[in-house]
Formats: sequence, C-alpha cells, structure tokens
Amino acid sequence: MSDDTEIEEIEALDDTEVVEVPEPEPDPNAVTLSINGREVAARKGDMVIAAALGVDEYVPHFCYHPRMSPVGMCRQCMVEVEGPRGPMMVVSCMTPVADGQVVRTDTDQVKRAQEGMLELLLANHPLDCPVCDKGGECPLQDQAFSHGPGESRYVESKRHYEKPIPISDLVYLDRERCILCDRCTRFADEVAGDKLIHFISRGNDTQVMTFPDEPFVSYFSGNTVQICPVGALTAKPYRFKARPWDLNQQESTCTTCSVGCRTVVQSSRDELLRYQGVDSDPVNWGWLCDRGRFNFEAVNSELRLSTPMVKLETGLVETSWNTALRAAGTMISDALAAGGPDSIALLGGARGTNEDAYAWAQLADAIGITHRDAQVGDGVPAGILGLDRATIDEAANAATIVLLGPDLKEELPVLYLRLRDAAEKRRSRIIEFATLETGMTPYAWKSVRYEPGAQGDAVAKAIADADISAQIASGDVVVVVGRANLAESAEATVGALQSFLEAVPTAKVLPALRRGNVVGALTLGLAPSDAGHDAMATLTAAAEGRIELLVLLGADPLNDCPDADLARRAIAGARRILSIDTFACESTQHADVVLAASAYGEKAGTTTNLEGRVTTLAQQVTATGTSRPDWMIAVELGLMIGDRSFGPDHALRSVSTVGDVTALIAADVAAFADASPAALAEAPDGVLTLPLDMVLDPVAFSAPGRNSYDYRLVVSRKLYDRAVGTQMSRSLVNLAPGSAVHVHPLDLDAIGVADGSDVKIVSAKAGTVLPICANIRVPRGVVWSPFNQGGGAIDDIVDGTTATTDVRIERI
Amino acid sequence: MSNSPFPRAPGFYPGDRPQIVTSRFQYDDGHTLERYHATGGYDGLRAALATSPTAVSDEVKNSTLLGRGGAGFPAGTKWGFTPQGVWPRYLVVNGDESEPGTYKDRLLMECDPHQLIEGCLIACYAAGLSQCFLYVRGEMALAHERIAAALDEAYAAGYIGKNILGTDFGVDIVLHTGAGAYVVGEETALIESLEGERGMPRLKPPYFPAAVGLYGQPTIVNNVETLANLPFIATNGSAAYTAIGTATSPGTRMIAVSGHVVRPGVYEIVNGSTTFRDLLYGDEFAQGIRDGNDLKAFVPGGGSAPWFTADQLDIPFEGPQAGAAGSMLGSGAVMVMDSTTDIPAAALSLVRFYAHESCGKCVPCREGGTWLYRLVQRIVDGHGTDADLQTILDVGQTICPGDMPHASSERLGLDAVPFPYKMTTICFVGPSAYVPIHSAMTLFPEDFAALVTKRAERRSIPVMAGAGE
Repeated sequence: MSDDTEIEEIEALDDTEVVEVPEPEPDPNAVTLSINGREVAARKGDMVIAAALGVDEYVPHFCYHPRMSPVGMCRQCMVEVEGPRGPMMVVSCMTPVADGQVVRTDTDQVKRAQEGMLELLLANHPLDCPVCDKGGECPLQDQAFSHGPGESRYVESKRHYEKPIPISDLVYLDRERCILCDRCTRFADEVAGDKLIHFISRGNDTQVMTFPDEPFVSYFSGNTVQICPVGALTAKPYRFKARPWDLNQQESTCTTCSVGCRTVVQSSRDELLRYQGVDSDPVNWGWLCDRGRFNFEAVNSELRLSTPMVKLETGLVETSWNTALRAAGTMISDALAAGGPDSIALLGGARGTNEDAYAWAQLADAIGITHRDAQVGDGVPAGILGLDRATIDEAANAATIVLLGPDLKEELPVLYLRLRDAAEKRRSRIIEFATLETGMTPYAWKSVRYEPGAQGDAVAKAIADADISAQIASGDVVVVVGRANLAESAEATVGALQSFLEAVPTAKVLPALRRGNVVGALTLGLAPSDAGHDAMATLTAAAEGRIELLVLLGADPLNDCPDADLARRAIAGARRILSIDTFACESTQHADVVLAASAYGEKAGTTTNLEGRVTTLAQQVTATGTSRPDWMIAVELGLMIGDRSFGPDHALRSVSTVGDVTALIAADVAAFADASPAALAEAPDGVLTLPLDMVLDPVAFSAPGRNSYDYRLVVSRKLYDRAVGTQMSRSLVNLAPGSAVHVHPLDLDAIGVADGSDVKIVSAKAGTVLPICANIRVPRGVVWSPFNQGGGAIDDIVDGTTATTDVRIERI
Repeated sequence: MSNSPFPRAPGFYPGDRPQIVTSRFQYDDGHTLERYHATGGYDGLRAALATSPTAVSDEVKNSTLLGRGGAGFPAGTKWGFTPQGVWPRYLVVNGDESEPGTYKDRLLMECDPHQLIEGCLIACYAAGLSQCFLYVRGEMALAHERIAAALDEAYAAGYIGKNILGTDFGVDIVLHTGAGAYVVGEETALIESLEGERGMPRLKPPYFPAAVGLYGQPTIVNNVETLANLPFIATNGSAAYTAIGTATSPGTRMIAVSGHVVRPGVYEIVNGSTTFRDLLYGDEFAQGIRDGNDLKAFVPGGGSAPWFTADQLDIPFEGPQAGAAGSMLGSGAVMVMDSTTDIPAAALSLVRFYAHESCGKCVPCREGGTWLYRLVQRIVDGHGTDADLQTILDVGQTICPGDMPHASSERLGLDAVPFPYKMTTICFVGPSAYVPIHSAMTLFPEDFAALVTKRAERRSIPVMAGAGE
C-alpha cells in the first residue's frame, strides 16, 4: 500500500513540474569492484564471472550458465583475486563479488591455469570437429583457440565409448565428446524438473547417462542440446543438416503456443533447419519446449499447400490465385445476397500474425460478419483479456500464484518452467485447482482437487481456509486462468474466477490461452461480439443450415472443436466453405475454395503473447509455392469483392508491405499504440499492449448433479497431439501418447477390466471404444482422456452444449 | 603378519605409555557393554550430563583436542561454528577411513564401539546437536557389525534415545554404511553420500558444514578417533588430558605404521613429543627398518602427504613443525620405504589410487589425475622420455599452481617448501594424486632419470606460419 502512495506522490510532483528530485537512496546491495583495473559496478550475490562478462572482460568458461546455479566443475574460469595473503587463484563462477575486490583475468598465472585446464579438457576430447554438428559454434573449439595451449601433449589413448547413443527420441549423446560440465544434467534437474539424466561411474570413467530403461523423456530435452558446450548432445532433427557457417539467422518469436518465446530462426539454402532459444528476460530465459523447437519440420513438409484450389466436380483442383480469389469473392457476394452478413462466419485467425488478424478483422467488419471467433470452442471467453492482466514476470514474482486452468506443462510449457522456478526458488507459493494431478502439482504449495464443474465450490472453500487466505493476503496474487477441461463448459472456470476476483479484487489475471497468436487475434477484432456469436454458436448455426459461407482462417473444427459431432454437422450444414490454410487438414477437404497461406518463418509481422507482449516475427525463407500471408489474402480479397468491402478511404487499400500493416495497427488500435514498427525495432523483448476495454460477462454456474454409476469426463491436451504442426514434423509425430481413457487403479478394479483392455465409453450422446489405463493421477469417479490423439474419438462423446459430460464405462 | 599381543586388535602394540583410547584393546570382549561397564564405561557421559553443555564444551576447548581426521583442527572450536537456535542440527561421524596406510579408526570401531558411541553422546550434549549419523566405511564389515550390536545394547540400556539416563537430553544415532569411495572421506562428500546423492564434494563456500551441512542444517563432522577421546576428557577433565603430550598437541594419537619396518602396526603415541625417529626405530614402536636396511623415504601422514626422508626423522608429531618441514601429519599413517624400494613404482601405486578414486566432478582431478597416472605408468614401464617428466610437472602445476611443498634434502641441497599447496580443484583428492609423484621426483630425481630416455626437444610448428602479416 505504501508503495502505491509513494508513486502517486511522485506523479503529483511531475504534474506540478517541481524540478527538485529527491536523491535516490543508495542501493544497499551495490558493490564496486575492480576487474583488470576497471571499476565495475555489480550487485551483492553476483558472481565475479557475471560481473566480468558484463563488462566484456572475457573469462573462458564451460559449466557456468547464467540461468543455472554455479557448480564450479570445469575450473576453466580461474581468475586472480587480491586477498590478504596476496593474489589468490579462484574459480570466478563460484566467487561472489565484494566491495573493493581486485580481480585480474589477464595475469600470467591466470593464463597458465586457463591453458592448463584446456589442455586437460582436450586430453580426452576426440578430434572429430570436421564431422561434429557443433564445429563452428563450439565453445570448446572457440576457447581452445582463444585460451588454449595451441598444441596437445596427450599421447595416451583417449576414452572410447560407443558413438552417439539415443537417450531419447530427439536427442543423441556422444560420450566421447562430453566434457562433463553438468549443464545438461543440471538443466534436467534444476530447470525442467525431469531428473532423468545423471552422472554414472566415477573419476575418468564418469559419463552422463539415463537410468536403465528410462529414456530422457522430457518436453525440454532440446535445451540440453543448445546449452551443451561441445557436440556431445545433438538433436535428431538437425544432425548433419548444416554447418553453422552455412546458416542464416534472424531473431523471431515462436508462435507454437501463446507464451511467445524468443527464438533465432536459422536456415540454409532457403530451408528452415533449426530454432534456438534466445534469452528474453521477461519471457523464456532462453528456454524452448521441444514442440516449439522442432516443429520447423512441418514448415518444410512436402504436404504443405502450395497453390490455391477450387472444388470442381472431380474434387479440389489446383488453380491460379486469380481464379481462386474470384471464386472466393463470388462466394462472399452470393452469401450476402442469399442470407446477408449474418450468414457468413469466420473461424480462426490465431495461427497468423497480428497483421493477418487485423486485416481479416477489418475485412469482416467491412462485410459485416458477426459470427467470428479466433478460438474453436476450446478456450475461454475473450472478455478475460479485459481483466487486469499480469505479465509473466509479475506472475513469477507474485507471492501467490493461483492456477485455475490447464496443465501448464502440457499446454504452455515455458510458462510452466517460469512458474516452477518461482516455486522452487521460494519466491512464490502456488495454489493449484485441478481435477487431475498436473505437471505443476509437485511444486504447488496447495493442490486442490475438484470434480469437473465444481471448481467454483473448490475456490470458495479454499478462500475460506485460514492458511490459504493468509497466504493470499500476504502479497501480490496472480491467477492463471484457462480451459482445463474440454468436456466441461468454460463457464465453470469463468464462474470460479469471478468469485475469486470478488474475494480478492487486487488479483491480476494471466490468461492461459493456448493458440499461438490467439491473444492478438482476439484483441485485433476476431473476438465474437457476444456469446451468441462465438464458435460454438457459429457451429450450431452452421449445423442448422443458417450459414451460407463458413470462412476457416487456419481453423480445423473437425479436429480442434471439443464437440466433434457438432463440428461435423456444421461442416456438412454450411453451404459453402472457404479455407485459408497451410496444410490440407481434415476440414479443408470439405472446402469449396482453398487459399494457400504461408507459414511461420515464411512471413514477417508481429505476434502478441498471452501477457499482451507484441514481438516481431522474421521471414527467414521463401514462402512455399505461391502461398501468401493471410493479411495479403484478406486485402486482395477485399479489393476483389468491390463495394461490400473496405471503404474508398480505408488504409488497407494502400498497404504494400507488412510493415505498413504493423504501422496501421499502431495508429488504429488503441491497445497497440506503443507497438509501432520503430518501437518494436528498438525493443527485442517486445512492447506490452495497453489495457483493453473487453468485458467478461458475469457467469452464474452451478455444476449439474450426477449419479454415482457414472464417471465425470475430463478431456485435456497433451503437448504432443494430432495438431498439424506436430503431425507434420517427422521427429514429433510419434511422440503423441495415443488415445485412451485413464481411470484411478481402484476404479479399474471396480469396472473389472484389465489394464490396457478395450472398453466402451457411453455418454448421453454417443459411444465409442477405447483402451483403458490405470492412472494414479486421476481421482476416483473421474475418467480422463487426452484430446485430439487420433484413433478412437473421445471428442465424439463430448456434448459442447452441456455443462459437464458424464460417461458410463462398459466392459466388452 | 601380526604378532600383536591382542589377537582381537590385530597389529596393535600397547607399549608402556598412556592409553586414552586403546585401553580396552586388551580384552577379547572389549566391544561388549558388559566389559565397557566394568572398565568405567559411560562414566564420562554421566559426568557430562551432571554439568551444563557449556561446561562440557569449555572442558573440550580447554583440552585443545585436535581433530584426527587429517586437518588437525581443534574440535572444541569447530563445535563453536554452529549458528545458535537453528534446529535440527546434526553430528556426523566420519568413519569412512580410507586414506592409504591408515587403519586406526577401524580398530577403534571394532574393538571399542561403546567408547565411540559415548563420545558421540558427549559431543551431541556439549555442542547441542539433535541427531547423530555414524558413517562407517562399507568395507569394514566387522566394525559395522560391532557398532550395530553396541548401538542395540546402548539403546536397550537407555544411553541413546529419549531421556538419556533420566535427563531431558535425547539423541538418536543412525548407523550408515558407505558404498566404497575414498572421496567420501571428505566431509562434504560424506554429507552428500549420507543424503543419498553421489559422493561428490560440495562447492565452497560455504566452507564449513557447521553452518550449512546435512540436509542444509548445521552439522558437525568429527573423526572417529576425535570422538573416542571425549569419554576420557569428560571423566578425567581437560587437565588430565593436557598433562599428556605437549601444550600445542596434547593427549595421545594413534599412528599406523606400515611398510619396511620390523614391526608394522598401530601405536598410541604421546602426541607432540614423540618424533618420527622414536616411532620408526624405537624398541616399543616399529623397531627399525627391516633387514637392517637404510631408510630411503617415508610418508608421514597418509598417502596424500608429501614425503620425508631420513633428514626429517627428528621432527616430532606436532602439526606446525611437520608443515614447516614441507608435509603434514594428516590421518596418522606412516608408510616406510627402505633402500630397496623402487621409488617410481611406489609413487605409481599412490598416483593410481588417487586417479582411480577421483569422483569425476572437477576437471583437474578427473583428467589430470588419470593423465599423471598414465605418464608415470609409462615411465615405470620404461617407455618414458624426459619430456614426460616435464609434462608431469606441468600437469601438476595445473592441479596445484605455484610452489609445491616438499621436504628439504641435504643430499640434493634442497630447502624445504612449507605445507600446504594451492589447488585448482574442489577438494584434496586431485592434489593428492600429484603429491606423491612430485615428492618422489623432487627427492629422488636420479631414480626417474635412470628410467627415461632423452628425447629431442619438441618443436612447435606454427599454425599460421608465414600467413597474415
């Protein structure tokens, strides 16, 4: 509270233009040390190496990594520190800075120690640099050159191990190259929480290894490849694809999910070959999840749509853009003539850039389309974005983090890393509301289980708890909200959120929406005007034959809508379908006109992450075939359809580059006022959007009763599913766990079937056959099934119009 | 080999000297509670419990009891490093005795386990520690068995557990078996091992586990012999203890003598005043070099100590004096080499040990230790060159930068370089691999010169000859 008043006072001073600014309090943690004779400012708790690297006094190092705790294993970063008994050799990654400390990194003794250490590191390191993926960007190679002795005296035989062994589906380990710096093992333990690789054996035989029969199955394994200071860990999708000096690269942002991790997109010979994480302090700290890191393979897929198609009697046939756009324009005109603007619906838009979403929203406005939604019934109402929004940093520094949404490890993996770090470093306490145990449960201070639909009661009960209310009152609160269960209405979660915010009005909200640019799309005009025009309402209208033209802007309702039956009826019921997509997905097969869109890495622009951070995307390769960015398609289509399109003065009529659209958004959309191309060029970490005036309608939700013979259904996403980016990536496609239903082991006994056998799942609406598994993470009376896994269709069972879904499980 | 008068304490010779920790070695049943009671057992605990913890702690401080694990740090002072008011706090007993040449703690654990247990209890009472972990080296099966039996007896008799001897004082003692790693003798590696992690030393700072130790709590790590002294001090007072030995090194200490002497064995010697000459040549000690040979060299303090020669025989068992002479007293193991000894081969066996026992955590030890071992092996095999000798010194410099301690040698006209060495490693295992080979090469250069062939000096070929400028 006192902080707030101080800020207000300072603002008041500014208003009256009083020049006198109070002297800033001296920072009690500030220290000044001398490095090679230079005065260097640092903060208490910093290590000497960080202070030195910060002022470009290079200290060679291998095990030190600024995002992990120091271990002092490689002993390479020796420097000299003046002590009471003369200069002392210390490891700079383990030596905290102190006021008045005198550090030298360039004395003969230091040079001698660094050379000696490199000679030892190279002793057993194979000289296979010419065939090593790391050669050319290898810290060992580089530092051997800059700080090494120049020549090896080691004539003994080197350590020999079997050359690369797979330690997971994605990562190979070459133990001969390994210098045992503990970076990968520390990452797995400290950062990812998947302690599946460790040292085995001892002394000179020490090696990194997985546990027997337990591969390094981690959603974050690709990071170990990136931080490996030698070529010991290599990633299957990149192995032997390119040499570092052949790679071109640009900074970009990953749009696989809405966390918006900063990446470097690298290509060679106009083909995407690798994404590397970039250390963006407010977002991803350099980490990426494996799905985001390796799904560049999908962009390169041979199955990409490369030309527009129109449906003739023989099916979809390739055609020219002119023909296809004219056909699309005709469909729009026909639909307007037949049913008016209410008969046109636009679904999707979360896949693209801000520019794509803006151009399509403007086109939709011009035509008068009311049915539009960037989500496909699998999210939460867009009004959630109008709440007091937290940033990722605010969430990861809040005293209390309340999780009221999906399993973050499965849906927003790098957000999971950030919040896990907050809990592990004891900055925050996590209160989790979940039906099943999630990836975050082990780190939660309190994990509250609720039956689907009953989260409102669970939240009310928790707030009444003395411990929890004391914790909530102890400091900042951030609520992470999203759709935990696709077999239950989003209203259940929204109701619970609203009752929580009523009790804790100061809490900020971090929306855990999953799709890449869903926040940008919803913000820029692809949000439904009201609940009567959202995706589920649109699909219902289509199923009832009220939709003349369904525009699928990168949307695939047949796979993404939780209610597959509704989606099927909608696709069948819509008179015409226009699809703008990168792949011929299932819904695309039903389209009358298909316009080929360029994919990630093939187009520039900006994207908005879940906290509202606008960052730039880079075009690194030429678009596949004749495919075009969505925004360009929208503009061309708008110009094509004549008077029911942009007005004569509309700015979109005169844009020629994506930068023009970015500038237009900044000028036109209040929330994006700060995100001008010039501002974005200055800020690699992006620019936050301003608060939105979206309103979350109040919800009164109560869970329906149930009979005790039924199981309440939970359908939620795994990181790897049949999403097109995963399915089209050769390395990821087999990682999806597959379709099954999971129940508590005791429930399995009660049903009386063996683990793994097929059972019949029957809801009020339909039935399907799926294998059943015992899963201790599922509470009793609940059945869980991963969403969109292909095989048996759990989404047939879900009724999107009911509050919750109860099923019976029958033996066959 | 042993003709020890006490078959239950193999290799132990009492002599006509004060016996503080070995008084029950003469009994076949010295390990039982019955014998322990009959010989004044647990009197020290009773005496301690009758006074305040501070009084006991002060008594130990006054006795200047030096740690027997190797560093020789005063035990009472170490106890004082624990922060006040942090609970729980632990005592960890380092029974992972595995320094080459050292086998005194084994006898103490096998022959008189109750004395150790009583010492633990007194330490816990005096230093205010709430639980005790007894870490016994995995290979010492008999010691493990005896301590387990003694713990059972002591629990049954009410010496361990809650309300010891009817007081409010309570302590549990947990027995833990090691898995066979030398490095776990290093106190922070021992704590890691006890926690179930790989036995790798922790990084310093924090320098002392007294502040942050087992499970992140204040922890005192004491050697077995150190604790075995406590019952005597608690019973008889610090004055009785300091009456023995010298002012700076009071009491007795156990020394294990091995190698080329007439009577190798374990001796409880009077600390401070006894010299190495007494120990190696004295009638009640090792009785001279075997077969009337000359002494060539001896290791004064366990395998990781720099070597001494006959020039240093008159140095007493007094830490600072040994340090000034270029070595250390370490864990109380003296290994003797007579004139028939193949010095490079002797150094090799020690280098091999430390290279093998490296935990693999830090580079100088992991890579340097093994490289040293291979170099020395090659030289001993007769395939070495004089360049290899220089490489050994260079690799050694990477492990221990700066001046390396060594003894003086009249024969070679060498002055001593005092102990200790500087090191680039996390713990002492890395330097320990270099110490013996450095001592051997410094004190007996001719033995190495005889083994290597002269080789033309290496010439570097410039990588960028003529290029650039």
